[in-house]
Amino acid sequence: MKLRLLKILLKKEVWLMMRNPFIPKIIIAIPFMAMLILPLVANLDVKDVGVAVVDNDRSILSRRIVADVDASEFMEVKECVFLYDEALQMVENGDVDVILSIPRDYSVDLARGSKPHLSIDANGVNATKGMLGSRYVANSVMATLARWQAESGHALDMPQICVMNYYNPTLNFRNYMIPALMVVLIIIICGFLPTLNLVSEKEAGTIEAMNVTPVGKLTFVLSKLIPYWLVGILVVTVGMIIGWLVYGLAPAGNIGAIYLAAILFSLVMSGLGVAIANKSATILQSIFVMFAFIVIFQLMGGLFTPISSMPQWAQYITYAVPPRYFIEIMRSVYLKGASVADLWPQYLALAAFATTLCLIAATTYKKRE
Amino acid sequence: MDSENTISVRNLTKKFGNFTAVDNISFDVARGEIFGFLGANGAGKTTAMRMLCGLSLPTSGHGTVAGYDIVRQPEEIKRHIGYMSQKFSLYQDLTVAENLTLFSTIYGMTDGEIRAKSDEVFKLLEMTAMKDTLVRDIPTGWKQKLAFSAATIHRPGVLFLDEPTGGVDPVTRRKFWELIYRASSQGMTIFVTTHYLDEAEYCNRISIMVDGKIKALDTPENLKSQYGATTMDEVFRIVAKDAKRGD
Amino acid sequence: MIKKETLHTVRDARTVTIVLVMPVVLLLLFGFAISTEVNDVKVVAVIQQHDDGSRLLLERLRANPYFTFKGLVADNEVEPTLRRGLADAAVIQRTANGKSDYQIVVDASNTNIAQTATGYLESVIAGNTESPVLINTLYNPLLKSAYNFVPGIMGMIFILICAMMTSVSIVSEKETGTMNLLLVSPVRPRTIILGKIVPYFILSCIILSLMLVIAYTVLGLPFSTEVFNVIWVSLLYIVLALALGLFISTLANTQVTALLVSGVLFMLPVIMLSGMIFPIENMPVPLQWLSCIIPARWYISAMRTLMIQQLPLQYIATEVAILTAMTLAVLALAIKKFNTKH
Repeated sequence: MKLRLLKILLKKEVWLMMRNPFIPKIIIAIPFMAMLILPLVANLDVKDVGVAVVDNDRSILSRRIVADVDASEFMEVKECVFLYDEALQMVENGDVDVILSIPRDYSVDLARGSKPHLSIDANGVNATKGMLGSRYVANSVMATLARWQAESGHALDMPQICVMNYYNPTLNFRNYMIPALMVVLIIIICGFLPTLNLVSEKEAGTIEAMNVTPVGKLTFVLSKLIPYWLVGILVVTVGMIIGWLVYGLAPAGNIGAIYLAAILFSLVMSGLGVAIANKSATILQSIFVMFAFIVIFQLMGGLFTPISSMPQWAQYITYAVPPRYFIEIMRSVYLKGASVADLWPQYLALAAFATTLCLIAATTYKKRE
Repeated sequence: MDSENTISVRNLTKKFGNFTAVDNISFDVARGEIFGFLGANGAGKTTAMRMLCGLSLPTSGHGTVAGYDIVRQPEEIKRHIGYMSQKFSLYQDLTVAENLTLFSTIYGMTDGEIRAKSDEVFKLLEMTAMKDTLVRDIPTGWKQKLAFSAATIHRPGVLFLDEPTGGVDPVTRRKFWELIYRASSQGMTIFVTTHYLDEAEYCNRISIMVDGKIKALDTPENLKSQYGATTMDEVFRIVAKDAKRGD
Repeated sequence: MIKKETLHTVRDARTVTIVLVMPVVLLLLFGFAISTEVNDVKVVAVIQQHDDGSRLLLERLRANPYFTFKGLVADNEVEPTLRRGLADAAVIQRTANGKSDYQIVVDASNTNIAQTATGYLESVIAGNTESPVLINTLYNPLLKSAYNFVPGIMGMIFILICAMMTSVSIVSEKETGTMNLLLVSPVRPRTIILGKIVPYFILSCIILSLMLVIAYTVLGLPFSTEVFNVIWVSLLYIVLALALGLFISTLANTQVTALLVSGVLFMLPVIMLSGMIFPIENMPVPLQWLSCIIPARWYISAMRTLMIQQLPLQYIATEVAILTAMTLAVLALAIKKFNTKH
């Protein structure tokens, strides 16, 4: 009897979903948009660093330094000038990002052993580009100097260091973004769309027609959510397939661990969505509240900028941001091959959020005001 | 509770903050009666009806509908009533047949019953040709008749109609009242709110609500003689002359 | 007309609160919490043989502000520690024949953190060897990303409030039918449009001043006379966003459609393609072209020049010209659409 009720309500949701002019298109478009375009856009790799050189030394060594910088695939020497002010002008025009200044008589002083300095000025307007760009230039210069010293017979007092990059040996930023982008899919499909659906029934008044029938509130809410859960899982699957076919990125860990996290996170988002819908009177209101949550979730969840870069107080806040755990799980399972046992605190946190939010959703849904 | 009364209400009050939407009303509706609930917009008709249907919790007072308590047993009440309002009720993006199937399944009818009942409705409303049309594409008059049929498909003991004939031409309204009489003759108690005063004449008894209170309650004939009026329109104007709310 | 709309908007107190509070929260979050700076790198060390060198190394790791030293581990624990996310990098010191060899093992999932951490670790290992290179930063000397994000947030908020809210509110009147009521009344369509737009314009002005005050006080953006240019360019952008909202409202028939259209056409591109978070030059060329038709790209670029680099007006001539052209085009299109429809 109860199941029969749920079945007809589910049927109704599917009919309505299919007849909506936008929802099916969005469901199809979202995974492709997110997985094909976002990885291209959400790229914090720093490339094409423009360098202006103020070369007052004009020696063999200085020319070699400049040539080595230019030879790097990450940097390009745009111009060699004499005056610092000219270089600064280029920075102000946005033509270059870093200025490398080589002082007069640099190579002579160096050979004499008096430790002269090269200076690197980075445009800090784009902090990441400035910081990494200046490091690239510095690394290149250091390497040139080291080679030059070795060739000219100077003893190297630098220790030999060997670097091993685990989990992402090709240092491809995309591999870091793609697993985390699943969070966008689930937020939209399991959070945003059900909220919109519930509130538009509220505005149309049909929810009242349901409230005046003996349909139980749990049955009604479940009939709203189940379709989106299924679509969510489907979309995550499509996302994984795209990641594999297009970017050659397959999860290093267990796929079951990914689905478990995806299911828990879907519960979190839909619980939140239903709670918001219950508390809002109009579509506009619910959208703004939902939007505020989504923006904060994406910013504080560590999707685009690392949580470890935040100040301590902000890091504490992120413990209350559910996507944080989901993103950590996705990245660890995908790249590091971590298991549920490795990540049990994250799974536990997600499960706790899911339970709490679903309870809130159930208690705020009132058939009677 | 008097077993002859399907609806029985005592001292029912609903407040929203400082605003008293329904102010201490009491009345009884007998089984099989067509009971009209008149009042200007904002007089509190809809709020009163929502409390009876279990959509709104009374601030104070008590009452029963179809033998169940309106405060403690709202879900039991919902099993035994039908509800239709002018704006809401049907899903615009479902077809005529799908809407009927949805509502009859909700009330626990079996597939066989649903099929038989739907066919009966289509014939009665002459809508067989339209049964696979989306509700949004059929004319308003048909929509309302369909909404009425959806609300009565499970043969409820009490039927609540909230301004069921709003925005409809007089001919369709007459036809609609034929449906109401038909349901009444099958033993349903009908509780209908309206602000069309000519419709009041069709009711067995009417109550006139002004500013959240019931100001008059009797048969149309008695009310007319009581106020020395010839039409319900006059009666209403006399009763409602001190109204502060409504437009 | 305007009064009616203002009343309408103000009465929905919850929406107004969110609309006013959200920009503030976003600014503060972006300003103080969101950064791509690499610090707080969690490091473990593996020391095969303790000696003076290793003691010095550990001391320097503990003292370095960029690192959180998580202790010593055994060689075979390095990988599990990284896998569980308990550390981001490990330094391994191997000693053979009295000579030390170093290995840095780093969790390269996030390539930026990995590269920067490697650089820091290299310099810690190299120790006191004086670096022959000095690095300075211009304009944004503390590498505070806060400055960088202020223009981006402004670009996003105005699109959200002006375009999204205006379109949804106009369409909601269409849905409930009150729009028809207005259109059959003697009020002229132009007045109706104005009545719809002005309250959101006022709301946007309030938000603009709120954000500027926060940017110049709490976030400590250096104040200069360029602020006047910031204001009028922002007003231009607000008008453009309102025109976009109006335009959408003529296309959409339901609130949900208006919302999805403005969401898909504006919000996503603004966040993704405007250069707000992700540098435009990192994108594939077709997407770079696409970003040219996004108003926020030009607005954000103009704001960066004015607010962060504090350069005078002539540096943003292109941006202003493009924004003006876009505003006129969209406004003309929207009004034409509105008139032919009704």
